[in-house]
Amino acid sequence: MAEKNTDTKEFSEAPPRVSEWRRFWRVFLQRRIVIFGLVVFALLVISAIFANVLAPYDPYRGNMADSLQQPNKTYWLGTDIQGRDTLTRLIFGTRTALAVGFITVGVAAVIGTTLGMIAGFFGGVASAVIMRVMDALMSFPMLILAMLLAAILGGGIQNVIIALSIASVPGNARVMNGLALSLKENDYILAERSMGSSNRRVMLGHILPNALPPIIVLVTLQLGGIIMAEAGLSFLGIGIKPPGAAWGAMVNDGYRYLLTNPILSFAPGIAIMLVVFAFNMVGDGLRDALDPRLRGVL
Amino acid sequence: MTAYIIRRLLMALVIIVIVTLIVFFAMRLLPGDPLIIFLGQQASSGSISQEQLESLRVEYGLDKPIMVQYGNWAWGLLHGNLGTSIYYHENVGVLMKDRFPITLHLGVLALILNIVVGVLMGLAAAIRRGTWIDAVSTFLANIGVCIPIFWLGLLLIYFFGLQLHWLPIYGYTSPFEDFWYGSRQLIMPVFCMAITGLSTTARLTRSAMLEVTRQDYIRTAWSKGLRERTVIMKHALKNGLIPIVTVLGMGIGMVFAGSVIIETIFAIPGVGRLLVTSLFAQDYVVIQSGTLVISMIVILTNLLVEISYVWLDPRIRYG
Repeated sequence: MAEKNTDTKEFSEAPPRVSEWRRFWRVFLQRRIVIFGLVVFALLVISAIFANVLAPYDPYRGNMADSLQQPNKTYWLGTDIQGRDTLTRLIFGTRTALAVGFITVGVAAVIGTTLGMIAGFFGGVASAVIMRVMDALMSFPMLILAMLLAAILGGGIQNVIIALSIASVPGNARVMNGLALSLKENDYILAERSMGSSNRRVMLGHILPNALPPIIVLVTLQLGGIIMAEAGLSFLGIGIKPPGAAWGAMVNDGYRYLLTNPILSFAPGIAIMLVVFAFNMVGDGLRDALDPRLRGVL
Repeated sequence: MTAYIIRRLLMALVIIVIVTLIVFFAMRLLPGDPLIIFLGQQASSGSISQEQLESLRVEYGLDKPIMVQYGNWAWGLLHGNLGTSIYYHENVGVLMKDRFPITLHLGVLALILNIVVGVLMGLAAAIRRGTWIDAVSTFLANIGVCIPIFWLGLLLIYFFGLQLHWLPIYGYTSPFEDFWYGSRQLIMPVFCMAITGLSTTARLTRSAMLEVTRQDYIRTAWSKGLRERTVIMKHALKNGLIPIVTVLGMGIGMVFAGSVIIETIFAIPGVGRLLVTSLFAQDYVVIQSGTLVISMIVILTNLLVEISYVWLDPRIRYG
């Protein structure tokens, strides 16, 4: 009885309820660095969408007479060996980076979550088969697996996306598997079951929505890594094929002119860094706002 | 405990078998005939006859059904035979044996740098939480995970090699041949290889230490009037460092992934360079056996990490 009293007392002293949505935004936008990430993110999306309006020159056909220019008034970041404007190529590179990043993350999240859900929910043979294959895929360092797959499929943006998706599926599957395993033990699942709900209803209607916050955080934090891996592949020459504008390939192209035109390599590297930094910060902010328990885990 | 270890070992074995299947069948999906691709120029110029091609095909066992090929490869693996490279005309085991110590040399140095600097940075940030030390360390760690290592490599080459002429910009010299020159050659590659892991370690250490210092036994230690150094070093650090073991597990994977890029930039003849060269030469034998060896090392390291967890943290009990 006494226990109940203290309970109600605590309850009445609790601060007034704030809308969950408002609380999310307050925590999310609390740190200035997260806002910085969001701004960079917005700028990137804008420059990817309006690349042909923003970019001053043609990204694929340069002016051979202006080959290897140092940064000047006409070419702010100089030109490469084919006389193509570095700034223009950088802006078009946003398209490549964001397309690869978002599509890969989306594909990997859908496949990984589905596999992890099936494994965690049904257990038994399904779980054993799926999770051991995921373990096997995870035993390759991501870049090496992506490299292997990209080499098998041949380069090009589409194959890079496929390769990186396969390489990112296991991480999602493992997290989802763990979530499904613990969520399905909740009483509300038992209640749902006692009402005769189908497996599908329990999985999609109850487990998935509850697993969503950590999955969203994981996916956002993966974005940076995937863009970095794409850049690595393109740098090695297994990724995006020329004349496509990819930052990693631009760093590699500039390598030969490092002594005379270091800007050719330096500029795209800074772009990669900025993007990855922005995505990581947004991911950190999302984590704090959606599920602070994940701090130090993800 | 023994039962647990045996079960984990069996599981690792199953995973390794799945890895061999993935590696083998993925490689066979390579477009084109590996022999024709390799012999491309000679075959198209007609200097290799159809008969010679056939005899080579038989020599490499490529005429047999694919399951038999897998069986032969797996049987060879069990006997420590990794197959013969088409491109190098040498056993992959021999190729790996020449290059492995180089990658290992690079990797071990990078791991040491990773853990020593990473732990110190994370520790400093956690102990002085909220001060400028924390801010600087956290900021550097956040930047560190975003730096593309190939770009950092070029940056270092440009400043310390081409501009300042302080360090040699490429190559590898065995420490037994010329220790000082070899070490100078390794400074930039090791730094590049360590940077991502170092930042991750710093972040992990910071959050692990903050977690530990919230525990009751730490408050007890403070209330006993112990000095800060005793509380941190004797009580907090012991448990705070447990997650660092995970870093070791991840670090091995990072070393190999990094070696692919770093050995390409700095022209170091290690395992990563071998993989990239073989990839461009479409030498499927080296790629399948090479990636297999790498993933086996990763699997076994992770197994050791998991087992050491039980030993380090008695609260973890595996049935």
